[in-house]
Amino acid sequence: MPPLLFYFFALITLGFGFLVVTGRNPVTCALALAASFVGLAALFLSLDAYFIAVIQILVYAGAVMVLFLFIIMLLDIKTEEGKKLNLPAIVSGVLLAVLLALQIIAVAGSTPLAQKSTQGSPLALADAAGKIGKAALPTITNDLKAGELPDAKLIGFTLFDQYGFHLQVIGLLLLVGTIGVVVLSKRERSAP
Amino acid sequence: MITLGHYLVVSGMLFALGLAGVIARRNIIIVYMCLEMMLSAANLALVGFSRFHLVNGLPDYTAQSLVFFTITVAAAEVAVGLAIIVALFRSKQSVDVESVTKLQG
Repeated sequence: MPPLLFYFFALITLGFGFLVVTGRNPVTCALALAASFVGLAALFLSLDAYFIAVIQILVYAGAVMVLFLFIIMLLDIKTEEGKKLNLPAIVSGVLLAVLLALQIIAVAGSTPLAQKSTQGSPLALADAAGKIGKAALPTITNDLKAGELPDAKLIGFTLFDQYGFHLQVIGLLLLVGTIGVVVLSKRERSAP
Repeated sequence: MITLGHYLVVSGMLFALGLAGVIARRNIIIVYMCLEMMLSAANLALVGFSRFHLVNGLPDYTAQSLVFFTITVAAAEVAVGLAIIVALFRSKQSVDVESVTKLQG
């Protein structure tokens, strides 16, 4: 990705992120968050993580944002114009955030690992086909030999080959979450 | 030339923005949105490290599997959290964090 595009999408991500934090109307905040996630998905694309970029759009910008908007609509939340700002919380929040950002920038600027660039470490697809030849499925090696990055296949292979148990735990978590939501949103009838 | 450091700085700034929102905002729904932003910032750092830590000339897919798990957990967390917010709104008629002080000593 050309540097100009990186800066453009980084600006979209951070600018709309700023709008989420400062916006007074919850609907504005939700839409700004969706735009920020789209910018983030573009950054994922620039890191050759196509599958992650797609599920970022599908899950975050799609499902999660619809859920947020539904709740805002359901609760009929007004903009908090009349309320005065909570000054101590804002000062401490901004101070803490600035300190954290400065620390991260200092660390990222000083480590040799952070100097690696996309041009400096290119993907070696045909080379990788030979190296992981026996360990992977033929469909993955064929894609690699053709010079394509089978991103979703490789993630799927990693998930089901090494993290099968974790995947089942995540499935159980989603089930428990679903049951929890149903229990929480049920109206209590027999209140004593 | 875009380096890993650039991505880490963007990730750190997004995380810091989310942190500022969580501390400063009083609308509990916006606090939740800022939490989501912080999770996404962590995902960006993970994907960045995955891309620049090459294994056999390919990105490290262990990190991207972790991102997959993070996104799943975040989705489940949002569903449960919003259900809690709806239950809170029913009992307090407000989404202000300062209206919820029952656990305060």
